[in-house]
Amino acid sequence: MYSDKVMDHFTNPRNVGEIANADGVGEVGNARCGDIMKIWIKVEDGIIQDVKFKTFGCGAAIATSSVITEMAIGKTLDEAEEITNKSVAEELEGLPPLKMHCSNLAADALRAAIEDYRKKHPITA
Amino acid sequence: MSEIYLDHAATTPLRPEVLEAMLPYFNQEFGNPSSVYGAGRRAHQALDQARDTVADLLGAKSEEIIFTSGGSEAANLAIKGVAWAYQTKGKHIITSAIEHHAVLDAVLWLKQQGFEVTILPVDEEGFVDPQSVQEALRGDTILVSIMHANNEVGTIQPIEDIGAIVRAHGAFFHTDAVQTAGILDLDVAELNVDLLSLSAHKFYGPKGVGALYVRKGVRLDPLIHGGAQEKRRRAGTENVAGIVGLAKAFELAQAERGEVTRHLIQLRDQLLQGLQAIPHTKVNGSLERRLPNNVNVCFQFIEGESLLLNLDLKGIAGSSGSACTSGSLDPSHVLLAMGLSHEIAHGSLRLTLGRENTQDQVTYVLEEIPIIVERLRAMSPLYNA
Repeated sequence: MYSDKVMDHFTNPRNVGEIANADGVGEVGNARCGDIMKIWIKVEDGIIQDVKFKTFGCGAAIATSSVITEMAIGKTLDEAEEITNKSVAEELEGLPPLKMHCSNLAADALRAAIEDYRKKHPITA
Repeated sequence: MSEIYLDHAATTPLRPEVLEAMLPYFNQEFGNPSSVYGAGRRAHQALDQARDTVADLLGAKSEEIIFTSGGSEAANLAIKGVAWAYQTKGKHIITSAIEHHAVLDAVLWLKQQGFEVTILPVDEEGFVDPQSVQEALRGDTILVSIMHANNEVGTIQPIEDIGAIVRAHGAFFHTDAVQTAGILDLDVAELNVDLLSLSAHKFYGPKGVGALYVRKGVRLDPLIHGGAQEKRRRAGTENVAGIVGLAKAFELAQAERGEVTRHLIQLRDQLLQGLQAIPHTKVNGSLERRLPNNVNVCFQFIEGESLLLNLDLKGIAGSSGSACTSGSLDPSHVLLAMGLSHEIAHGSLRLTLGRENTQDQVTYVLEEIPIIVERLRAMSPLYNA
């Protein structure tokens, strides 16, 4: 039911954990529906240096969280904001139809973390 | 690594003895039981014999057994069949919140057709209170359907007591015995039931065949029209090989029941004890009145599907009541009805044992599960170790 790439990220998730003194933190989902994703980001000079995640959820939820950390590291905030749930699913070589909505929230979590960062670091030109 | 199969409540492997009993009826004794010539008569004889066996095992008469395509059809025939046949007498039906969907959805469909439905709650161990049945009965109640034992949490209902109450009131009582046939002793007189559903593949018989006991005198409108088979209550050429297999499997299960039950209870209690040693773990269902093969626990802070995938990677087959595994957005209706929160219900694990499971397998499972649970908790934002 899951692609090899999903199973790879599920069995061997990248960047699990938290970042102490993170520059931005985002959390989406709720335990009621069975998926919560929390993402921490470290930002330097407008570039995402590090991303870590913790996820409560199914195989797809864990794999999408894992893969987005790889997609986001090294990107500018503007670039990272353009990552969509759809592009995360594509990066994983597809997700089962049932999982496209409920468990594919990683891009939302990343955007929430970036938003949090921007709030804490207003541009003072 | 060979697979450790711990999902016997979902289905069981066909026993070789059962397969052997079935084989001649595919290509040698292939006659249509309705035909008058020799091949037809021999197939009919096999059907009669199977019916006698099943009736005997249930303490019923042969004419009280209807063969169906499985447990779901048996339950649908019981519920819709009685509802349609008695709708001029009354339109009220009572069932419980933790029924299998074959019962629950059939009852809810009847509700759409204008029947009135009472769905009884259960307590935190999954029991229906017989007193609540008494209180729900009305002058126009025609049918009560309460399952014998729950497929998810293994709670065994006080069916005898509920049956006595329903009978005294003059309504009909159906029990879904899909999880108990072949596992518990079933006697329709002792259980005080008018209708009872069972399914062959839950007791090492073939898939696609089940049976419905219907007490003499209870009328049923058929679901399937088109022939005189099963005394006009279920049209269609009989699944002779499947029916022969059902009877053989039921017979074997009953003969070996005592020995197998002791084995199952030993493994079950070992699993329950081992899993309870994991912190933040809750056992679901009753410890006293529980199916001998059922283990159901919730591990807090983790989700069921990711648990199952990890178990599968270790060669262990189990099931979960999480939303992702139920194919809906909500976790198990059974666990929710027992008062569990959505969060906790998402982390449920059901392991159901079978006769071929071993002590070594249970030991292996108890070594692997704590590691998996800890690993998933370590990546859960809900868990603060």
